[in-house]
Parts: sequence; C-alpha cells; structure tokens
Amino acid sequence: MKAAPRFVAQLAFTVLVCAFLIVPVVLSVLAGLSENFFVGVRSGLTLRWVGQVWSLYSQSIFLSLGIALACVAATLVLGVPVAYVLARRPGRVTRLFEELLVLPVAVPGLATALALILFYGEWRGFRASWLFILVGHVLFTLPFMVRSVLAVMAAIDLATLEEAAASLGAGFASRFFGVVVPNARHGILAGALMVLTLSVGEFNITWMLHTPLTKTIPVGLADAYASLRLEVGSAYTIVFFVMIIPLLVAMQWLARERSPAMARRDER
Amino acid sequence: MAAVARGDVRMGLLALPALTVFGAFWLLPMARLVSVGASGPRGAAAYLAIVTDRNYFASLASTVVLSIAVTFATLVVSGIAGMFLQRNDFFGRNVLVSLLTFPLAFPGVVVGFMVIMLAGRQGLIGSITDRLFGSKLVFAYSIAGLFVGYLYFSIPRVILTVMAAVEKLDRALEEAARSLGANPWQVLRDVVLPGLRPALISAGAICFATSMGAFGTAFTLATNINVLPITIYTEFTNYANFGIAAALSIVLGIITWTALALARTLAGATVAAAA
Repeated sequence: MKAAPRFVAQLAFTVLVCAFLIVPVVLSVLAGLSENFFVGVRSGLTLRWVGQVWSLYSQSIFLSLGIALACVAATLVLGVPVAYVLARRPGRVTRLFEELLVLPVAVPGLATALALILFYGEWRGFRASWLFILVGHVLFTLPFMVRSVLAVMAAIDLATLEEAAASLGAGFASRFFGVVVPNARHGILAGALMVLTLSVGEFNITWMLHTPLTKTIPVGLADAYASLRLEVGSAYTIVFFVMIIPLLVAMQWLARERSPAMARRDER
Repeated sequence: MAAVARGDVRMGLLALPALTVFGAFWLLPMARLVSVGASGPRGAAAYLAIVTDRNYFASLASTVVLSIAVTFATLVVSGIAGMFLQRNDFFGRNVLVSLLTFPLAFPGVVVGFMVIMLAGRQGLIGSITDRLFGSKLVFAYSIAGLFVGYLYFSIPRVILTVMAAVEKLDRALEEAARSLGANPWQVLRDVVLPGLRPALISAGAICFATSMGAFGTAFTLATNINVLPITIYTEFTNYANFGIAAALSIVLGIITWTALALARTLAGATVAAAA
C-alpha cells in the first residue's frame, strides 16, 4: 500500500497537464459561444459569432477541404508506389531516397515556402492558384504517407505473397492492385487520415504561399486572431475543432484496431 | 539476370513520379534558395551574418535557448505523465489519453491563441490574479508566453512516444533490480531511464527541431522577442531582404536537420548496443 500516495501524486500531475492543454480549449469554445466574453457566459449564449465566421470565411473552409482531399489523392499516387519500392528493395539507394523525401519535414516550412516563392513566384498563374499551396502541402505530407504505408508493408511478407500470385499467372498490375494494396490497406488508411489532418492544419508553409484569394482555414484563423474581436476568433477556432475532431477520433480508432495491447485495454 | 534488370526498371518507374515532384518542387527551389542566399549585398558572407550580425545572432541565441528549455521541460513533464498512463489502468484513463493527444493536430496559430486564452489580456490567469491580488498577470506576449505555447504543442507528441517506449520496456529487469534491493529512484535511474534513452533522445530532437522552426505560435502572439523564424519572415516580407532571408532560413534548416540526424545516430547506436 506504500505505492498509493505515489499513484495519487502521479495522477494529480497528469490531470494537471491535461488541464493545461484542455482548459484553454474549453475557454475558447465558451468565448466563441458567448455574447460578450469579457462579461462572461452570463451575457448569454449565441451562435452569432459562428454565423459571422461562416459568412466571412466559408470560402476558406471549402478551399481547405479541397486542398486536403487533393493532397490525399496526390500523396496516395506518389507515396504508395514509393513505399512499395522501399519495402521490396531495402538498400543504400532507397535509403538515400527516403532521407531526401523527409527533408521538407526536417527543414522548417518557412524555408520550403521561401524556396518555392523564389523559384516559381514569377509564374503568376501558378503562384496565384490553389495548386501552389497544394504543392507545399504534398511536399510536407508525403513522408507521413510513405512511412505509414511502409510500416505495414515491412511487417508482411510481400515477396512470398507476390510470388504466390505470380505463380498463378498474375501480372504486375494485378499483383500490385490485387495483393499489395489490399494487404497494406490499414497503412494506407492511416496515412490518408494523417495527411488529411496535417493538410487542414498546415500554417507555416501556407502563410507564405497564400494570396488574398487562396486563404485556407489556418490562414483565416491568423487573420481573425489579429484583426477581429476575440469572440469571432474563438468561434472560428470552434469551426476548426469541429473539423478535426472526427479525423482524430478515426485515427485513434484505427490505431486501436491494429494494436492488440490497446484493444485489450478497451475490454472493460 | 534479365528478370532482375526488368524488376529494377519497374522499381525505378514506380519511384519516378515522387522523385520528379520532389526534384522539381523541392530540390531545384532549394538550390535556388542557397544561391539567392549568397546574392545579396553581403554576398556569401550573408551565411555568416547569423553569427557576425548582432541582431541576427541575438535572434538565433534566444531561439536556441528557448528551444532547449522547452525540450527539457517537455521531456520531464511528458516522461512522468506518459510513464504513469502506460503503467496504470484506471477509470477514465483512455479519456485522459485522448484529451492529452487532442492538441496534436493544432496548427501553431491555434496554439498561440490557446496561450492568449490562458495568459492574454482577457485570459484566465489574468482574471484569477486580478481577483486575488488586484493586478492582472499577463505574460502571453513575452518570452514566457512563447515558452508556454511551445510546451503546449510539444507535450502531446512526446507523451505518445514515451508511452510507446514504456510499453516495450522489459519489466523483468525492474523486478530483478527491486529484488536486489534497489529503491524506486534507483530503479528509475539505472533501469527505466536507460531503457527509455533512445526514445527520449529522438523525441527530444523532434521537439527541439519543431521549436526552432515554429512560426505560427510566435506569429499569433506577436511578441517583442524575435525568434529566428519571425526574423526571417520580417526580413523577407517587410524589408524584402531576400538574400538574408534565404541565408538565414538555410542556416535554420541545417540546424534542425543536424539535430534530427544527430539524435538518430545517437539513439540508433544505443539501440544497437542494447541488442
């Protein structure tokens, strides 16, 4: 029973850390829903600020969703084949290739964004379109897709599976789409959710790349924090929370599906 | 032989789209960035400006000190919480884990806003101190605000890493130490911490690199302390000093990349030695 006080102390500490992270979230939700945050919730609850955010920023919300979905599509097309190559041909060359792809994550987004602007800034049409932001997001999220898919592919015996399929007469395309992809579906799904979440929340690259006509959600958030009243900034933050919570829940659910240790804990 | 060659061609073709995109949109632009860095009025000496120019060096120094402090604080806080959550099963544990990992997806700007909610002019801490002592404590817009913000986005990541590493620890080793008469502190110092070392090193490096490059949080807080990313941004946008902005961002990129690479070597060596 000597361990009991230690348990209580550690629990209290952990709850305190949790409060540090969650209290401001609750405060901002309250601020976004109250008539006047300075007075407090007493001033009455309202959806007025959320409505105002919608009328001001609905375009950026749709733009963010569009870019995030396009980013998932692009990282799937580019990343899944790369993960397959890395899984089937582990070696010095592929290792170097992997290292290269991770660079946009290892280097601050600001550097990547400056480089893109200095190199492609003169191409006005491209510079002003949402595709410019998409490029930044794809560079930043591709390593996460590759790693997620590679983690699953490395754990299964792809060579044997493919050999079996080949001995039954399957060509490469039908092996890839009929055997490799279905076996890696968990990694692909986890990677897609990760890419979606990262793209919706990306700010460091996007802030440099955006134009007045291509504002994503985080860019709009920075705008609202800097220039609008606290209640509107908070309401916009609520909109952001509402968008990412389903993604986070899906990711946690997927992680538990795959990890038996976590699954055991869920059996109450 | 021919089959092997055909397989190699196929692998090359599969990697080609990603390689093309990466080359066209990252390698080439980065090469340009490196040359722009040397094209300003200072020439290639711009790359040394970060240590020779007093303002840039002050910016670099405060960013490094801040990032190191955040890294150590995060490792301690997340180490305790992560170890506790992985080792104990109790009612509400899963909810705690979910709440602790929720801020993972917040962009830096939102983290900055969370700090304003806590310690800003209309923040919680200010109104509590106002009521208790009659004066508002507001620190969101100082280096303390940055520290709190960086801590905020670092804790969730490191907790997850610690939990995964604790799960893999061999508890028999701790039992053995205990049966040999080691007290809890000795077990922690001599068995648990060495076992967690690789995870702590790599999580710490990620934390440091993220803090060095963090832009959104400082941007929202609009502090009077210029961390390096804000300095770069100001040089680029307000003064159009493309050369200096490029040089500083390359140096910053080299620092974060080196920190990550170094940690991987260290952590990897430890793993190999343990195996």
